[in-house]
Amino acid sequence: MSSLLSWALAFALGCLALAMMLALARMIVGPRAEDRVLAFDCLYQNTMLVILALGLIYRSSSYFEAALLIALFGFVGSTAMSKFLLRGEIIE
Amino acid sequence: MNTWAPLWVDALTAVLVVVGALAALIGSFGVLRLKSFFQRVHAPTLGATLGTWGFTLATAVQVSFERGQLYLHALLIAVFIALTVPVTTVLLMRAAVFRGRTRGEEIPVPSTDEPPRE
Repeated sequence: MSSLLSWALAFALGCLALAMMLALARMIVGPRAEDRVLAFDCLYQNTMLVILALGLIYRSSSYFEAALLIALFGFVGSTAMSKFLLRGEIIE
Repeated sequence: MNTWAPLWVDALTAVLVVVGALAALIGSFGVLRLKSFFQRVHAPTLGATLGTWGFTLATAVQVSFERGQLYLHALLIAVFIALTVPVTTVLLMRAAVFRGRTRGEEIPVPSTDEPPRE
């Protein structure tokens, strides 16, 4: 791996860490429950991107399955929370 | 495993990774910065979609050139995110409209020629 790509990956990891902190700040501040669900959505997507970047750094294909599982369970979680905010219960 | 790739492949991967990371950063910054919920809800859609496409395309290009065979598994994540993020966004917007109207706030209806039927 050339030094260009390793510097780009380090820059990307820094950007993603900053993005996760911004989403976490909205999750703490957020005046209502839907703001917190939105911040959680943003946070797990940034986490998935961090794991994809780690997979590029360490050259292991296990990271891609981990990212796919995070995307899947994050979608299920935020859908369930939106449904709970809409109806007051998840399975009717 | 051959871990050598030509320089232009590394440059293309670097550009894709940087674009994806900047998109994710802009999306998260919009989540923190914008004023009302209905403005905030649009920001992470950009970050998630463009960021995920950038990172997965970078992975596909880099690993394909290193191994010498086509590697497209990572694009599965991009397709999955592109399908599920609008679903989550629409559900969350409907929940926010419902909760705002229950609380007695003025939620403006979209301005069309015909008023929406309740």
